[in-house]
Amino acid sequence: MKADPKGVLTGAHFIDGDHACAEGAIAAGCRFVAGYPITPSTEVVERIADRFPLINGMFIQMEDEIASSIAIQGAVWAGKKAMTVTSGPGFSLMMEHIGLAAMTETPCVFVDVQRAGPSTGLPTQPAQGDMMQARWGSHGDYGIIALCPNSPQECFNLTIKAFNLSEQYRVPVLVMMDECVGHMTERVIIPKAEDIEIYPRRYYEGTREDFLLFKPENDLVPAIVKAGDGYNVHVTGLTHDERGYPVMTAAAQEKLVHRLVDKIRVNADKIVEYKLDQVEGADIVVISYGITSRTAIPAIEQARKDGLKVGHMRLIVAWPFPEKYICALASQVKAFVVPEINYGQMVLEVERCVGGKARVDLVPHGGGSVHNPKDIHNVIINSVKGKN
Amino acid sequence: MSSELINIDESMPVNTVEEYLRMDRMPHIWCPSCGIGTTVNCFAHALEQSGLDLQKVAIVSGIGCTGRVAGYLKLDSFHTTHGRPIPFATGLKLANPELKVVVYSGDGDLTAIGGNHFIHAARRNVDMTVILINNFIYGMTGGQVAPTTPIGATATTTPHGNFEESFNLPYLAESCGAVYVARWTAYHVRHVQKAIKEALLKKGFSFVEILAPCPTLFSRRNKLGDGLDQMIYFKENSEIKNDADTKSVGLTFQGKITVGKFVDKERTTYLDAMNEFYSKKFGDKYTPYKG
Repeated sequence: MKADPKGVLTGAHFIDGDHACAEGAIAAGCRFVAGYPITPSTEVVERIADRFPLINGMFIQMEDEIASSIAIQGAVWAGKKAMTVTSGPGFSLMMEHIGLAAMTETPCVFVDVQRAGPSTGLPTQPAQGDMMQARWGSHGDYGIIALCPNSPQECFNLTIKAFNLSEQYRVPVLVMMDECVGHMTERVIIPKAEDIEIYPRRYYEGTREDFLLFKPENDLVPAIVKAGDGYNVHVTGLTHDERGYPVMTAAAQEKLVHRLVDKIRVNADKIVEYKLDQVEGADIVVISYGITSRTAIPAIEQARKDGLKVGHMRLIVAWPFPEKYICALASQVKAFVVPEINYGQMVLEVERCVGGKARVDLVPHGGGSVHNPKDIHNVIINSVKGKN
Repeated sequence: MSSELINIDESMPVNTVEEYLRMDRMPHIWCPSCGIGTTVNCFAHALEQSGLDLQKVAIVSGIGCTGRVAGYLKLDSFHTTHGRPIPFATGLKLANPELKVVVYSGDGDLTAIGGNHFIHAARRNVDMTVILINNFIYGMTGGQVAPTTPIGATATTTPHGNFEESFNLPYLAESCGAVYVARWTAYHVRHVQKAIKEALLKKGFSFVEILAPCPTLFSRRNKLGDGLDQMIYFKENSEIKNDADTKSVGLTFQGKITVGKFVDKERTTYLDAMNEFYSKKFGDKYTPYKG
């Protein structure tokens, strides 16, 4: 399916990542946004609030992030594509509803423009400290998808991708931006609507007699219906059977939660996305994401000038983590270097996949700015020498 | 253990509310002589009399004993998170204004953890009906103090008695902008039915508070007898005062209860306000939002 041309501002724009994210959502067909102001994400909803009245969209500024993160789910069950947008403190408040969306298989998008924490931290300055929270922040077991744009153009592209993946797998999809990417202004090309691929909602097409709200199809994802269609659905955050009815047993829990986890795990090869640069034959591979993928480039180029064989792997999809690829790569390289604006989050996944077969060195940063490429370069140099 | 214990006499007349219920989920979880089921019966009758297209009625509950109501009604029904049925309902309604959206939940859910959403939905006048069952206690978790527990009553987290002032919910709802406010008790089944019907047909944020016995965790712990004794208390102490000043209808422990329809007025809803405002602002460029 192609994008609805009504909302698509085809052409070249000079806008920041937050604005590009808003345009991506509109292009993806999002017509319901609930949000609460928080730096550095607010520009996303400001643009939505400005644009929505004339494209039949509904924007509502809710009383808090908790309300925003569940209002969007009501909107989805009424048939809209919906999104909420926030930053660290608000993201923390939304955790319970990421779990609700996972449990009720409500396709929706959460955008987190990451700032330095914990708590109020540095509201106007960047970090990448919410990466593990994105994966594990709600209680219990479930699968989600998280994307990491590194430019305004990617904020546009990946917001569309987020909507598409949320519809395909019926999970909350998290767009993990950071303050730098959100506030960085660059050229953004918005294609023609006919060139934007949209994954349509998977509405149930079978007979009424055979209808079961949570009966999975072959890819483990059930088809959806909406309120008002006469199916009398029951949707609950309690453990439920395929009818959607609560069942308080370990067997029902196993059946449901196993599928919620497997839905992403089994389909991971189709979901993961990363970009490789000279990884073939490299001794050292730098693994980065978001804004850090850009600060890593001068460090990598300098190391190459120094005569080192350095490859670069950039995560576009952070969750599910590309574990198969990194497991295989671990026996071909001597070391991995992982710069991130936190004290070690995605590096733990790298270490898990590498399993001791190669060195893994973190280049930590507490947040408030980006890495100085020299710091990444130093770790690359020392990594080869086994000195870090 | 359920159905085989019930001896069904096939010649018995079928209860007309059954078609509104998910009979395949019976028996329900509520204790004997709990008041919630009584209110659900009233709700089903009110639905029947309302003439609403049931395919377009959606019900949203939070968490708790009353939070289970959505799961027993044969409507599009949503059992959400604790305290959040109102913002879920707001999303549902604003995304598809054709739906009649009902929130059915308890006092703890809607006015403690969900209090912020309650006041803002009333302020915005989002078109929804909120039915609040007030049993003065957190039932599902075992009888803890609630914002509705009267001073002097005992709860498991106020074992020496509650000293916190409780909410006067009709006053709260009216002051925040609700267009319809009524309070009844589980004893007043006809009035409850009528009030729910009126609320369902009222455009805007309508609010019905229904006092209900919690025999297991409120009455027993406070030595008030069983559910029947609480019903007798409701019967003997309720005073119908329609149009009463909501400031004056606060509740006390086993004191007099003012019941009635307190507010029934007109105010522009959220959606109408938005459409009117943008139509003026943008003129012909604006297509009124209909979902």
